Amino acid sequence: MNQDEITKTIFQLLKQIAPETEPSNLLPDENIREALNIDSFDSLQFLVSLDEKLGIEIPEEDYGKTTTLKNLVEYIMSRMKISL
Amino acid sequence: MIEFKMPSLGADMEAGTLIEWRKKSGDTVKRGDIIAEVETQKGLIEVEVFDEGIVSELLIKEGTKVPVGTILALINPNENVLETTKEALPEKIEIVIQPTEEKIVEKTIEELHIKASPLAKRIASENGIALSKIQGTGEEGAITKEDVENAIAQRDKIVEIPNETIETKEKSEFKIESIRAAVAAAMSKSNREIPHYYLEKQIDMTKSLNWLLEKNRQIPIQKRILPAALLIKAVAKSLVDYPDLNSVWENGLQRKKEINIGFVVSLRGGGIIVPAIHNADSKSVEEIMEALNDIIPRARAMKLRSSELSDSTITITNLGEGGADVVYGIIYPPQVAIIGFGSSSEQPFAENGMLGIRTLLNATLSGDHRATDGLYGSGFLATLNKKLQNPELL
Repeated sequence: MNQDEITKTIFQLLKQIAPETEPSNLLPDENIREALNIDSFDSLQFLVSLDEKLGIEIPEEDYGKTTTLKNLVEYIMSRMKISL
Repeated sequence: MIEFKMPSLGADMEAGTLIEWRKKSGDTVKRGDIIAEVETQKGLIEVEVFDEGIVSELLIKEGTKVPVGTILALINPNENVLETTKEALPEKIEIVIQPTEEKIVEKTIEELHIKASPLAKRIASENGIALSKIQGTGEEGAITKEDVENAIAQRDKIVEIPNETIETKEKSEFKIESIRAAVAAAMSKSNREIPHYYLEKQIDMTKSLNWLLEKNRQIPIQKRILPAALLIKAVAKSLVDYPDLNSVWENGLQRKKEINIGFVVSLRGGGIIVPAIHNADSKSVEEIMEALNDIIPRARAMKLRSSELSDSTITITNLGEGGADVVYGIIYPPQVAIIGFGSSSEQPFAENGMLGIRTLLNATLSGDHRATDGLYGSGFLATLNKKLQNPELL
C-alpha cells in the first residue's frame, strides 16, 4: 500500500462517517475533526474502521499525531513501515 | 382487554403514522416486545408493548396517521400473566411519561353477547376487526362470514384514503425539518413554563482521564471507552443522592424510580435527538459505553425504540472536545434538570498552595426552580465532582 492508497482509504472511511462532506477537499494541515465536524464518538468509529481496514490500532496517546491529513498519513506509513 | 395506544414520544408529539405492524392478531407479546413501527417527527420509532398477552385485534391499518392516544390494538392479557400485570399497575400510575397509557377495560356486555358464526369470529380476529362494529345479516342478526368480509373491505377502503406516508417526501429534508420543529416546540414550551436556575462547577478531570487512558490501553479499540461514558455514570450515581433532580414536574414534583439518562446526540444534518440510557446508575462504565455504541448510530439513523425516546428522567448535553467551554442547557419538559459539559482543556490549577497544569471541565446544572433550589443543585455538582475524583469507584 502506498501513500496515495492510504490517503484514498482515509477519504473513503471519512466519507462513511460524514457523508455530506467532501473529505478529498481537506487541506493537508487542516484539523480533520474540526473541518468535517466530527465528534469524539464518530472520531472513535473512524479509528475503529481504520484498524479494520489497515490493521493499525492507534493508541489514545497517539491521537495528537493524527489530527491532520498530513500527519495521519505519515503516522500510518510509519506504523506500516512504508518509507515516503 | 388492554388498549394499546399511539404513544406520546415527548411533550411535542401530536400524531404518528403507523408504518408497520411487527405483530399480528393472535401473536403472544411480552413486556419490551416491539409491536409496531411508527413514523414521528423523530424518525422511525420501534414501539414496545408494556404488557403481556395475546394480540387480539389490530385496529389501525399500516400507513395511517393517527393522533396520540388513539387505540391501535387490543391485547388480551394471559390468564397466568394477569397477576403480574396487576402487580405492576401501581408502578405504572407513577410513571407518567411511560409511552403507552394502557388501561384494563372489561369487554362490554354488548360484545360478549354478539352473535356470530365461529368462522366469522375467526376471520374478524385474524383481520383485526371488532365484531361490535359489524352489522349482522344472518339469523337473529348474527354476524356471518360475508358480513365480516364486507366490513374488512369497507375498512380497507376508508383507511386507504388518508394513506399519506412520508415515503413520498424527500426523506432527509423531511427529517431535518421535522426534527427542527420538534426541538423548537419542546424548547419554547420549556422557556415559557420552566423558571430555570443555572449553576456551574469546574471539575478537575485529570484523574478520571488518566484512569480511562490506563483502562483503554488494556482493551481493544472496538471497546475503547470515551469520557462521555464516565460522565454519564458519574451523573447517574450522583443522582442517587439527589433524587429531586431525577424527577418530572407534573402537578408537582414526581420522583422517578429509574435513573434513565437522556443523552443529547447531534444529527449531522442539524438538530438533536435525545435517546435514553436506561438504569445508568446500575450499569458499569463499560456497559454504558456499549449502550452508546448501540444507541448513537441508531439515533443518527433515526431508528430508535419508543422507550428510548420517552423514558429519560434527566438530560446530559456533552459538547466534547474542541467546542465551547461551557453550556447552559434548557430543560426538556417535564424533566426538571439538565446537566451540561463543555469542552475540557488544560489549564493552570492551584491546589494546596501549588500551581500545576490540569485538564479542567466546566459542568453546569440548569434546574427547574419550581422543583429544586440552588443549594440542592450545588450539592449535586459537588457530589459529581467527588465521584469524578474517584473514577475507580464508579
